[in-house]
Amino acid sequence: MTPDIAEHLTRVAPLLAAFHAACSAMNVAAGGYAWRGRRRGEALAWLGAAIVFLGLAVGAWAGRPPQLPAMAKAGIDAVLGPATLFLGSLALLTVLYLGRRFFTAPPVGLAALNASLLLFGLSLADPVFASLVAKPDHVPIVGMIYLLGFVTWIAAYQAVENDRRTAAGRGPVEKTYAEKVLVWPDLVYIELIAMVLVSALLIAWSLLLAAPLEQPAHPSVTPNPSKAPWYFLGLQELLLYADAWYVGFVVPCLILFGLIALPYLDVNPKGNGYYTIDAQRRKYLVFMFGFLMLWVLPILVGTFLRGPNWSFFGLYEPRDPQKMAMHVNVTLSEYFWEWGLGRPRPEVDPHAGAWLRMGQAMWREMPGLAVLAAYFVALPLLLRRTLFKTARLAMGRCRYWIAMGLLLLMLTLPLKMLLRWTLHLSYIVSMPEFLLNF
Amino acid sequence: MPLWDRIRRSQVWKSIFRHPPPVDRPNRVKVVLTNLILHLHPVAMPKHGLRLRFTWCMGGITFFLFLVEVVTGVLLMFYYRPTIQWAYHDMLALRDVVSYGILREVHRWGAHAMVITAMLHMLRVFLTGSYKPPREFNWVIGVLLLALTLLLSFTGYLLPWDQLSMWAVTVGSNMVGAAPLVGHEGPASWVTDQSDLRYVLLGARSVGEEALLRFYVLHCVALPLLAAFLMALHFWRIRKDGGISGPL
Repeated sequence: MTPDIAEHLTRVAPLLAAFHAACSAMNVAAGGYAWRGRRRGEALAWLGAAIVFLGLAVGAWAGRPPQLPAMAKAGIDAVLGPATLFLGSLALLTVLYLGRRFFTAPPVGLAALNASLLLFGLSLADPVFASLVAKPDHVPIVGMIYLLGFVTWIAAYQAVENDRRTAAGRGPVEKTYAEKVLVWPDLVYIELIAMVLVSALLIAWSLLLAAPLEQPAHPSVTPNPSKAPWYFLGLQELLLYADAWYVGFVVPCLILFGLIALPYLDVNPKGNGYYTIDAQRRKYLVFMFGFLMLWVLPILVGTFLRGPNWSFFGLYEPRDPQKMAMHVNVTLSEYFWEWGLGRPRPEVDPHAGAWLRMGQAMWREMPGLAVLAAYFVALPLLLRRTLFKTARLAMGRCRYWIAMGLLLLMLTLPLKMLLRWTLHLSYIVSMPEFLLNF
Repeated sequence: MPLWDRIRRSQVWKSIFRHPPPVDRPNRVKVVLTNLILHLHPVAMPKHGLRLRFTWCMGGITFFLFLVEVVTGVLLMFYYRPTIQWAYHDMLALRDVVSYGILREVHRWGAHAMVITAMLHMLRVFLTGSYKPPREFNWVIGVLLLALTLLLSFTGYLLPWDQLSMWAVTVGSNMVGAAPLVGHEGPASWVTDQSDLRYVLLGARSVGEEALLRFYVLHCVALPLLAAFLMALHFWRIRKDGGISGPL
């Protein structure tokens, strides 16, 4: 054990002891609750978990915080990568979605929470991981992960319950709470308690964690890496797969426009005012895919896993400023002309007039333009008669084309990722003469 | 007569609170109707709107955090000068000299929390289908408010004037410089680096004293006023669109 790791362990030991003890207490509470509900087997399981956490807490208190074996850490880091993380998360979310009736059972949720807390606690004993999650600006994002997981779970829990009731011919749970209550005192007291709790949390957080202040701004000293504020880090991460004009400007505009358009594109009157998935399956999937996979996940990757030179680093991997990944990426027109037809790409005469140059560039990029035309025009025309036939009829022409345009534009991002990872494709259409790469 | 009752019967008290304490039904209705803050609420509401598992309390917390940001922000303005000569010094003074020196912490962590709660509020409204008729337009206002929350946070990010803030804003504003048509590095650009959207935002070709002043004014005056107006509209529309959403 190197000295800095030993020092780190002595520093985090009390914190880890408190963390594991809190996890243990949570399980004791859950066990007591299950016992009173006469679910004895479940109660024993939580009691077992409480004992495990208590053992970890005692170990940490004795100055020997339990940690993940080096092999496990190396294994996790070896598997982690932009592609595996994206596809793995997608697979996980798909499993969670398909098995939502199972996963929304409270014991399953608590077991998943326990597993994540266990992994988190053990990982905290690693200096690299600890420095990642304890960085002052990163702490709220760790909180966000747990909060987001919890609210997504409890929303799915209620949706599953409502869908079950609907299938049985009864109304959603919310309907059984339709009686009117007075705002004073029922609501104002909840608001008062919420304000007190949020204030207390904010003050405690501020006392424990100082706001970061680095060296004074210096225009000629560029930090490596330079990162945007955390909520824009997802966009910065996506810059790897598309150019700044698209990711940095068009995509944010599309997100805004798409969100604004959502209530006008949605013609389904069901699912208004209660949690449901079955009444709005497609929309749920599209929204959650966009939010979790294209907004939250890139934020997490950009925040926690990108280091110097925007290289990808594992959770336990020291940030080596020398690490540099070199990729040779190929455009679609290069694939088509050189690899497919076996001849050099048509050239653009730099001295020609603007229109002629544009024509020459378009001729060179003809395969990419054909792909885009097929994707944005032929595909919606085809889907209109097949998969989305009923949707198209319900929505009308205008809504259908706007919704399809937004959906297909959104899907350009994961498609470009996949093409990059599999074919090392840089651009479908590449016209550097006009600063236009897509 | 006990002192408390004497106060309650005094002319001063009665001039402020026009009715007896809200301990019975008629006065619980009156207290909401006659109080400026409370009248944001309806008098009565369906019981499901009280359930935390339905609302997650996220909209209310977002509004409360906005108020926290306003209060701590005004206090911070007493100590902060938006010039490259003083901005960073004032940060050091805030940390090392000012009594009860957690003002900046409360402001910064409150801002991070507000971005998160605003996103989660939007997620809740989506998942319950609450954006559907008749609440479409209020959803639109909510989307604008979320965008404003991000812009407020982004403009505030520059003000400490340290390496973290300056380069984060450089990364963000370079993306704007790559916008199609209106960015000088974007496709089909018809502007120069002295007339594009980034120049409008920064007041210069790079992040410097002009940008610091612009972001300060946007952060402390323009954006909060706009957000406050949209919030008023947002809350008013909740009432006008039939209160909290629920199953029909």
